[in-house]
Amino acid sequence: MRKNEKAENQKSERLQRLWDLAPMFVEGTPHAKFLGMQFVAIDIGRATLSLPFDKKLVGNVETGIFHGGVLTALLDQASGLAAVSSFEQAMPVATLDLRIDYMRASKPGKTIIAEAHAYKTTRHIAFVRAIAHDGDVDDPVATSQASFMTTARSMKKSVSPLERTKAIADLPPASNEGDTS
Amino acid sequence: MSDFHLDQAEIAAALDRIPYAKELSIRPLLMGDELTLILPYNPNIIGNPMLKALHGGAVGAFLETTAIVQLWLMGEPKPLPKPIGINLDYLRRGNPKDTYARAVVAKQGSRVANVRVRAWQDRYEEPISILHGHFLLAPKADKISDKK
Repeated sequence: MRKNEKAENQKSERLQRLWDLAPMFVEGTPHAKFLGMQFVAIDIGRATLSLPFDKKLVGNVETGIFHGGVLTALLDQASGLAAVSSFEQAMPVATLDLRIDYMRASKPGKTIIAEAHAYKTTRHIAFVRAIAHDGDVDDPVATSQASFMTTARSMKKSVSPLERTKAIADLPPASNEGDTS
Repeated sequence: MSDFHLDQAEIAAALDRIPYAKELSIRPLLMGDELTLILPYNPNIIGNPMLKALHGGAVGAFLETTAIVQLWLMGEPKPLPKPIGINLDYLRRGNPKDTYARAVVAKQGSRVANVRVRAWQDRYEEPISILHGHFLLAPKADKISDKK
């Protein structure tokens, strides 16, 4: 009984840490912020993000729907967050590979939701499945399968919002537009 | 391959139809009939600021755009091809600098094409990411009726 209680406490502490950390994982990722991704929910090995529709993210002027690459970025981000949360120490990860199936066109103007599940995690690798849909999870826009690898021993540094903000400020400026050479 | 010839204006027209490609400032570089697309570095395509690494999604979108533009240019003017299923392998970290990509059409059928795309930064032989996948081509409406 007491043992169970201890395990319960550890789990809720871990969940609390994840909820504290997860929003920053989107906020503190320049490309996720650039696309307008929003954090929705986190659990151990699971993550949900959303992406409101934006005209600048369209893939074809004639259809007015999201560029496939935008869904790639959203699925990658949600899957990466699910992977991070699946490691006991919440480790930062890099994508090894990502496969995406595009089931149907998204509907113009609709927010896309990505739900990711890290269904198996080894010491350094996480295997993640994800679904992107626009309201009905049984009618997906796209699905993905990815594997991620940890990139550091612990997240202490990358977790600190201050360190991350500093790192973003230190990024080199954009390469010169006119520099075609 | 088939006798198609590219010109800068055509490529610009294809990219103009893809707002997101413009948003990423993707631009073409044409050498003979070989098309290379350039993804200029910008802080907003960073995925991990601690490692100064490009976002896998931004690189993926760039590879996919390269495949779509290449396929579109090889056919007659028609709707843009759509991705069906793509595989992305991330081989090296994308550093905060310009990225290049070139597509090879492995097989072009009447409805579906298989495409391989390579993205690199310093050297072509050292790809940072590789895409292979299937794309749906718009049906040629008058192909069958031509037989008459």
